[in-house]
Amino acid sequence: MPDVTLRGISKSFGTTQILHDINLEVKDGEFCVFVGPSGCGKTTLLRIIAGLETVGAGELSIGGRRVNELAPAERRIAMVFQSYALYPHMTVYRNIAFGLKFSGGRKAEVDAKVRRTAEILHLTPLLNRKPRDLSGGQRQRVAIGRAIVREPSVFLFDEPLSNLDAALRVNTRIEIAKLHRQLAATMIYVTHDQVEAMTLASKIVVLNHGRIEQAGAPLELYHRPRNLFVAGFIGSPKMNLIKGRVVASDAEGARIALADGRETRLRKVEAALAPGQEVTLGIRPEHMSAGQGGPVALEGSVDAVERLGEASYVYMHLADGTNITLRSPGDSKVEPGSALTVSAASGAVHLFDADGLALAHIAIPA
Amino acid sequence: MTRPIARPRLGRIAVHGALLFYTLVAIGPILLILVNAFKSRRAIFNEPLALPTAKTFSLIGFDKVLAKSDFGLYFLNSLTVTIGSVALVLAAGAMAAWALTEYRFRGNAFLGLYMAIGVMVPIRLGSVSILQLMVDLNLVNTLTALILVYTAQGLPLAIILLAEFIQQIPRDLRDAARCDGIGEYHIFWSVILPLLRPAVATVAVFTIVPIWNDLWFPLILAPGNGKQTITLGVQQFIGQYVIDWNAVIASLSLAIAPILVLYILFSRQLVRGLTAGAVK
Repeated sequence: MPDVTLRGISKSFGTTQILHDINLEVKDGEFCVFVGPSGCGKTTLLRIIAGLETVGAGELSIGGRRVNELAPAERRIAMVFQSYALYPHMTVYRNIAFGLKFSGGRKAEVDAKVRRTAEILHLTPLLNRKPRDLSGGQRQRVAIGRAIVREPSVFLFDEPLSNLDAALRVNTRIEIAKLHRQLAATMIYVTHDQVEAMTLASKIVVLNHGRIEQAGAPLELYHRPRNLFVAGFIGSPKMNLIKGRVVASDAEGARIALADGRETRLRKVEAALAPGQEVTLGIRPEHMSAGQGGPVALEGSVDAVERLGEASYVYMHLADGTNITLRSPGDSKVEPGSALTVSAASGAVHLFDADGLALAHIAIPA
Repeated sequence: MTRPIARPRLGRIAVHGALLFYTLVAIGPILLILVNAFKSRRAIFNEPLALPTAKTFSLIGFDKVLAKSDFGLYFLNSLTVTIGSVALVLAAGAMAAWALTEYRFRGNAFLGLYMAIGVMVPIRLGSVSILQLMVDLNLVNTLTALILVYTAQGLPLAIILLAEFIQQIPRDLRDAARCDGIGEYHIFWSVILPLLRPAVATVAVFTIVPIWNDLWFPLILAPGNGKQTITLGVQQFIGQYVIDWNAVIASLSLAIAPILVLYILFSRQLVRGLTAGAVK
């Protein structure tokens, strides 16, 4: 049961504190993705779990065993690096076999394992090539093979797809998801790409400035972001954020004055709102539509339209300069430069207080 | 492939002229020695710049060197000292460079600085104390004395150059090896050292040339007992009143040979090593 448990993990480089009191549990077989902007400490956290950085404070255990002081090899982990980190002077075969040889495996046994791994990853015809003769995708598979062959209890991936082109990235993403199902192993995966996080993870951990902003299942983060940061980070295009002030609030709902002077009525707000309170309304582009359909209506002028075929993204700004993105049907007739009214149902609105903490979430469709 | 924009013809001629001139200056003395090694004594003095002709051709120099002196022995001494020192410099230097770049420990910065000072201060300044030390250790007139001194002389530069190269090896490679469960010792020998090959070749040449050509330390540390190196051995043909130029020139041309062979063997690696250091 290789659960990975982090209790109060902190880390500083010199006087800069990179990680603040990280508490997290990754369960056996879970696919956990650390996501966040660059410099948020996600890679450092992964390297601490790998044993490549020392733990500053706190306790790290894998499978119930404290591993703070153990070398990477003794933690039964395997890591796939962003740069692949293949040994350039060794063939694919030797790259995969290298770690096994030194852990004292018998030759025939090592050979069998290497060949089985190569089979899984379709590397068999490449076994005698050197890394420089491989394409990016092939190198990536060798790097994954080197991890698999050691049969670790935890796989660590450090932005493994960021050096691949877009098409290959989607393919490899699916391969990794398949691999996770096949091996039923615990995987921890670092990325700055929220699409990778949403598609791969069974649990997403959103990090920012060395703190966990929120951890949970992908759809939970999507529907119930705990604060403005998570709301903005998860979902693409980003959630629209509109400043407002509470005018009145009662059991029926709340009246909120928006920054552009309009007033809007939200029905059945779960949170207690005080008149005069500053709030931020969050509405996802996909929950808005053109026209006067819903109670939350906004008017602005269109800056640009991106037509993707299955949908068109309309980028507009309101009178007070707030930028709004709208996902409209692919055959939308909206043109740049025109004025447009967009609206959303009151159930589609997230509400955040002045500190950015969530007050109310959208009514999740049952 | 796109061709670089052609520079004005005049500029190109000037560049080639300068390079050609430099080549002549560099190769001239060597050619002069090689040419004169095959001439009689009279021809050397009458026409020092002429090629050997049927009349002036003579192998008397080589004859003297090989028959009348212990040339073979001197050559072997030089070879032993050079190979021994270079092996020690490379082995110790690579390991020290790895330790200095990879591990953080107390005194790391100080040791790095200490090595830099070793590059800047010529070892010959310490000749007197080195001689005293060798006398105390009973190492005078042994090749061991020379090997020890040359190892000390070559180490600082080797460490600084190799450390520079090691820093260019991606960190991820070492981390990957650590995750693979490979011990620090094997990481060095099986991952780092193979990747350092061009650097090692460069450092080897930088180390070998001054050792092979050195006259100073053989003269003061091992001048007798059949422990002379080739540069010292040549000196026996240079007397106070008479200099046997045939023999001197012949032994010099023989002494050039190993360095030439070495350069041909290493030249590809050497150029790669030099440029790799220059263009990061």
